[in-house]
Amino acid sequence: MADLSVLFAGVPFKNPIVPASGAFGYGREYEPFYPLSKLGGISCKGMTLRPQDGNPPPRVAETPAGMLNSVGLQNPGIDAFLRDEVPNLAQKNTVIIANVAGHTIEDCVEIARRLEGSAVDMIELNISCPNVKEGGVAFGVNPQMAHDITKAVREASSKPLMVKLSPNVTSITDIAQAVEAGGADAVSLINTLLGMRIDIHSRRPILHNNVGGLSGPAVFPVALRMVWQVAGAVKIPVCGMGGISTWEDAAEMLLAGASLLQIGAALFADPYAPIRILEGLEEYLDKNGIARVTDLVGQVKPY
Amino acid sequence: MSYRQGKYPILRKDNLAKNIYSLTLLCPEIAAETQAGQFAHLRIEGFALRRPISICEANPDAGTIRLVFEVRGEGTAELARLNENSLADLIAPLGKGFTLLDPPQKAVLIGGGIGVPPLLQAAKHYGANATAILGFRSASAVILTEDFAAAGADVRLCTDDGSMGQKGFVTTALEERLQMGKADLLCACGPAGMLRGVIALAEQYGLRCEVSLEERMGCGVGACLVCACRSVKDGREFYAHVCKDGPVFDAKEVVL
Repeated sequence: MADLSVLFAGVPFKNPIVPASGAFGYGREYEPFYPLSKLGGISCKGMTLRPQDGNPPPRVAETPAGMLNSVGLQNPGIDAFLRDEVPNLAQKNTVIIANVAGHTIEDCVEIARRLEGSAVDMIELNISCPNVKEGGVAFGVNPQMAHDITKAVREASSKPLMVKLSPNVTSITDIAQAVEAGGADAVSLINTLLGMRIDIHSRRPILHNNVGGLSGPAVFPVALRMVWQVAGAVKIPVCGMGGISTWEDAAEMLLAGASLLQIGAALFADPYAPIRILEGLEEYLDKNGIARVTDLVGQVKPY
Repeated sequence: MSYRQGKYPILRKDNLAKNIYSLTLLCPEIAAETQAGQFAHLRIEGFALRRPISICEANPDAGTIRLVFEVRGEGTAELARLNENSLADLIAPLGKGFTLLDPPQKAVLIGGGIGVPPLLQAAKHYGANATAILGFRSASAVILTEDFAAAGADVRLCTDDGSMGQKGFVTTALEERLQMGKADLLCACGPAGMLRGVIALAEQYGLRCEVSLEERMGCGVGACLVCACRSVKDGREFYAHVCKDGPVFDAKEVVL
């Protein structure tokens, strides 16, 4: 049996499969399907300092091989997260990743401060949400701002810090290097690609927010390319995500240089996707006599 | 939360009207757990998102559930190509259903078009204590009226063009019914305009009212938060979610 465990930014994961922020809530809704302890970790729904209502519906549109969403970070706020969700998650024997999505540097710093002393294992700083009007992606498209917000949160927190990057940039390696210089312990990528659909009969965008984030198999090749580029440009570990829906996708993402994986849109077609991917990966490792899942990381042989 | 995901055989497929299909599935575990007004989330090969379809009937003795849906786009068109003996991949039963009051309390069930199927299981509960006011565009779109009658409900059929039953909207028939005698609960499913009319009558007559809503949906279980609907509780507006907080809501809590 291959060793599936991963030490990622100093945090031990029993396996590299983590449901992605926004796709899995705080895990409760998936417990009827399988115990959360089967997962390497859970990246919780992105949270803001204060409760946030999110965008008006429709918030989702299907696309060829994917979907657009514009939830707009609806969440109950950091205090409700700490009070209502963390104690429950702490009993589930899986890594808890808090996804922090402030509107300002001060918000993010304050959220990080409030997470100190909690059972949260790791922070994922979201500087890439395309669906909110202020903050979010604004930090993620400018290297200097990405550096500054990372540095500020790094100084406010003792927890391992992963920064989630936007693909909606000219050079994602520049942003990755900026957050590395700012003190990030890891990067995760990609957040969704900004997209749009229009109803040709009403001439209205399908999403009430007009635009939204594209995810699903359609974005996988873009995500893979960006993970490969970033893994070659930084020394910190890379968490790969974006359209992973099969174990073969997961293996590709590991070979490209990711050592941790997040699964998002695939959950909607198949709530068992993380488990199925994990089992397929394990079988692949065993069949090929690969002792550790980490032996795959970055092992692509580029031309 | 007692939903599950599985692939279940289609025992029977019927074409009820133009573009409206009925699938009867053998899934004893789901049939045993289903409450009136809940829904199933169906996977369709080649599509990223499942499609939420209301559960029209659950028959725990036979181990079956029945889904009635309308072809609205590419996904439901693909769903309509499933045939008897093939397998349907579903997550069910999901969401909150209708309140089922004990007899002899009376319910009036008001359905418009494809909003009719989610009410049938409630009609079976209420039997002769139910009035079913069912509205359709025209005679060719009429579905399930015999099923409601077989459940024991007093069926009032309305069509927009008068080609079958009473001419006009369900709200007219509802007002007539409410003038005739008491009702303890109104249950409605249909277009937003129809629901607004039903809710207005419920307020006018001081009646408890529940409405079943729909919205474009993602996970179906309450995690992804895409199927938001404007709601109000304790005077504060917020976004509830159709898949988990609904699809059936107390009419006092929805903002249509």
